[in-house]
Amino acid sequence: MVTELINANPIIYEKKERRAPSAPSAPHDEYAVEPIDQQEDPEHPYSLEELKVITEEAVEVDDQRNYVRVTFTPTVEHCSMATVIGLCLRVKLMRSLPSRYKVDIRVAPGSHATEAAVNKQLNDKERVAAALENPNLLNMVDDCLASSYD
Amino acid sequence: MMELKEIQRLEGHTDKVWSLAWNPTTGHAGIPLVFASCSGDKTVRIWEQNLSSGLWACTAVLDETHTRTVRSCAWSPSGKLLATASFDATTAIWENVGGDFECVSTLEGHENEVKCVSWNAAGTLLATCSRDKSVWIWEVLPGNEFECVSVLQGHSQDVKMVKWHPTEDILFSCSYDNSVKVWADEGDSDDWQCVQTLGEPNNGHTSTVWALSFNVSGDKMVTCSDDLTLKVWETESVGTQSGGGFAPWTHLCTLSGYHDRTIFSVHWSREGIFASGAADNAIRLFVDDNESQVGGPLYKLLLKKEKAHDMDINSVQWSPGEKPVLASASDDGTIKVWELTSY
Repeated sequence: MVTELINANPIIYEKKERRAPSAPSAPHDEYAVEPIDQQEDPEHPYSLEELKVITEEAVEVDDQRNYVRVTFTPTVEHCSMATVIGLCLRVKLMRSLPSRYKVDIRVAPGSHATEAAVNKQLNDKERVAAALENPNLLNMVDDCLASSYD
Repeated sequence: MMELKEIQRLEGHTDKVWSLAWNPTTGHAGIPLVFASCSGDKTVRIWEQNLSSGLWACTAVLDETHTRTVRSCAWSPSGKLLATASFDATTAIWENVGGDFECVSTLEGHENEVKCVSWNAAGTLLATCSRDKSVWIWEVLPGNEFECVSVLQGHSQDVKMVKWHPTEDILFSCSYDNSVKVWADEGDSDDWQCVQTLGEPNNGHTSTVWALSFNVSGDKMVTCSDDLTLKVWETESVGTQSGGGFAPWTHLCTLSGYHDRTIFSVHWSREGIFASGAADNAIRLFVDDNESQVGGPLYKLLLKKEKAHDMDINSVQWSPGEKPVLASASDDGTIKVWELTSY
């Protein structure tokens, strides 16, 4: 059966090739969405990438667990924009990823003076939801993200 | 074996459903079960059960009053009033007038988002809490008027939930500052004070405390947190103290290792089962571990309902009535009603 499936459907073969050896083989579904792969242009906010605030290596994706973790590095240790940058990352991912993905965003360990406080705030979804109802803040976020939609 | 079986999936809200509340006077003597739900779509919906089909339908949409997310809703013990807390910094009071809900009062004063609202057991006091770190206590006056009798400062961060004790006029609040505070009126003139803080130094949570719930007799409490644990607390027998001082709460046990992501809600049923709703989209039920050895775990997992919703679960609430059902509210915009069955 396994052999037949592999022969009958190249997609399965292709998927299996990229999967870790011990991972269980998921039954193939014609509606299955192609896994989000870090190699497939994760659409980092370009300007942040130029500043090395975010890099490809900073994005961890676990498709099996529907999990994404982004680690970013504020430009200076006391950067007061750290929470806004994190909020931009979160909004970008919220709009780009399927809703089943759980997203954690954090400041790179050791890179910011109030790291723990910033991380807690960025991952409190109620505070994030309330912040996004603030038109001034939402406009700022949209401005930051505008170029990434080109 | 026990199973949590889905009775119904309710759609209608167009954004996250943050909270739901059962009308406590329904579900008895042939009165159909009614609950309210509130959402990021700025509305509150009233759902009523059809007694012949056993299914719920939306009978009212309360809109155009709150201008931002409605975060929490709570029925008065009489079932006649519904209080709703909103990110617009107000708490609205709605009265059921012949099936229509009228906003009869708007409580203002908090500096920013109101996170939760709760009625005391007698329906004479209302508590609200906010991101402004304060907890307000309002007295319910005749004619649907409300007077603020105390503004409680003490939490160092955003206050997520307030809940009155089921039998005593003692108020509990939980916060982004990782603590639960206990408030009591020390005297006869609305002199509300913090009488205890359950924080990290006394086995408290290590991250945001999102919700708490009491058992039916009110001598045990369960709290849930961003630290992925549930903690159970107990106090001396409530009610036996005649005019004596406040009885402190002590940590009984911590349930860790069960939850994968933030636990946003916990609710203890009259039958002694407590349900948790979490950001891993699962509902879990816990129960007394009667077979436990001396010193063994006090509570055990009864069941886990994986993929109960497509997204985070924000609220789980057991219904009143002879055969309680469980309702859950989610970021996926839906509410589900479940029954606990054995097979």
